[in-house]
Amino acid sequence: MPPEELKGASSRSPTEEQARRSMLLTALYIAQEQYGYLSEEALQRTAERLKISLKDVCSTASFYSLFQTQSQGRYLIQVCEGLSCYLAGGAERLVDYIQRKLGVEVGQTTPDGLFTLETVQCLASCSTSPTLRINDELYEDMTPEKVDRLLDHLAGR
Amino acid sequence: MVFEKILLRNVDLPNSEKIGVYLERGGYRALRKALHEHTPQELIDMVRRSGLRGRGGAGFPTGLKWGFMPQDSDVTKYVCVNTDEGEPGTFKDRLLVEKDPHSVIEGTVIASYAVGAHRAFVYIRGEFFLGVKRWMKAIDDAYAHGFLGQDILGSGFDLDLSVHRGAGAYICGEETALLESLEGKRGEPRLKPPYPAQVGLYGQPTLVHNVETLANIPPIVLRGPEWYAQIGTAQSTGPKLFCVSGHVKRPGNYELPLGTPLREIIYQHAGGIRDDKALKAIIPGGASTPMLTAEHLDVHMDFESLAAVGSMLGTGGIIVMDKNTCIVDAALRLTKFFAHESCGKCTPCRVGTQRLVDVLRRIKDGQGQEGDIDRLLGLCQGIIGHTFCPLGDAAVNPTLSSIKHFREEYEYHIAHQRCIASS
Repeated sequence: MPPEELKGASSRSPTEEQARRSMLLTALYIAQEQYGYLSEEALQRTAERLKISLKDVCSTASFYSLFQTQSQGRYLIQVCEGLSCYLAGGAERLVDYIQRKLGVEVGQTTPDGLFTLETVQCLASCSTSPTLRINDELYEDMTPEKVDRLLDHLAGR
Repeated sequence: MVFEKILLRNVDLPNSEKIGVYLERGGYRALRKALHEHTPQELIDMVRRSGLRGRGGAGFPTGLKWGFMPQDSDVTKYVCVNTDEGEPGTFKDRLLVEKDPHSVIEGTVIASYAVGAHRAFVYIRGEFFLGVKRWMKAIDDAYAHGFLGQDILGSGFDLDLSVHRGAGAYICGEETALLESLEGKRGEPRLKPPYPAQVGLYGQPTLVHNVETLANIPPIVLRGPEWYAQIGTAQSTGPKLFCVSGHVKRPGNYELPLGTPLREIIYQHAGGIRDDKALKAIIPGGASTPMLTAEHLDVHMDFESLAAVGSMLGTGGIIVMDKNTCIVDAALRLTKFFAHESCGKCTPCRVGTQRLVDVLRRIKDGQGQEGDIDRLLGLCQGIIGHTFCPLGDAAVNPTLSSIKHFREEYEYHIAHQRCIASS
């Protein structure tokens, strides 16, 4: 089995400090999972556990778009509106449809805290538009009917 | 002529991602041959003779890159597998990783043996969750079969490989930004030189390769560099994955020799333009490559031919636009992407791309002002060459190339406050 931790084949590289710092993105994913988003407490705990300054943790977290420093819905819906998806058609209509269905605008979260709607620029799925991603799952060739089934299922309806 | 599938030889098989299927298809034979029949130097020479060039966009000769790594065995060296595919219009690496991860692992082990690295990392785009799972399962199975770990296939060569997940930043596909991110930092590119082959991950010599590049290695080792070099053109050898999207009848990945005419890819393989409309514009190699027009359909898809017509092969992500596409809107969408992905370090890129978006948007919305074309060109000149990393230079390409080829459409937009193409 591969080693769980980042251990260099040679003892000299990476140093203990470098190896610890390398775990920061993974640690932020874990913290985000546990806290729902990267709250001040989550960032603080991450900094303490990895012995990295809070300033460095915040600076790094803010660089990456998958790290959320504000509370969001349990399900993050990201619809691709990149050029290829736009050309293929349907992506914009799908965004409109989801906005109407959930009663939120892009960037907003439903009042029940279930869904946050975002648009993104490329999910590397340009031949299967419209495409969207919900948390860690990718959904291709989407239609309003499929969106209905999917969102109703997630909402437990 | 039907071209034999080399990189996509397995992807259509059921359970193609499983090690059993890969082994049944002759998988890991190239690794066995490399470890038992060749010295590292022989492999470097082999790859050099094959003419293989990097498939991530830059097209740097792979053998040369391997040769730049220091030979000294006392030095800790690393290999990184760049799975940070995020260039709009590109979806080939995701296919390889999800459908045939062992072909990439096999290439990675051979490359690591050739350059004397005992530790390799996969850096994968944070959005590719299935890819992460496929990578991890494939790596576990490769360890269990003795293709990774200690004393691989009894050769005495050791290699550990693990997966590191990115977190949503296009720039981390740039190799030095990738290294920063692997080190747990903001993914801001480093100044080059020094190149990663001298000072890379944790300051050690590091080889960074795109997924597709590594997938080419096992076939080269197994069938020889001479066989490989006769595919494609004299300077752009081998097969290439072309991702075709936009207004075509059959969007998808097509594996063809480098040098295949663009016309053949669009009209034969991808089935031509949807609703048989006229073709207007083509982005040949992903969002950062300059647009071409129907006049360029006979260009051959290789590094040299595309440079000769003022564009680039890039990633091979071909975006096709029909005659009703609003070119200002297309440029706006692409520029919005770069504005969003600008890391903010360099003012010309951070502010310049936002200004480009503002001006493009008002032209598109029918509120363009006289002088806006010159304003756009001026903004582009303020960005080109004034940024630390290549993102700035890439960000101006949609605007510059669309004005170059479709200036009259911009002028109509501004003069008549509406689009001539989509109306």
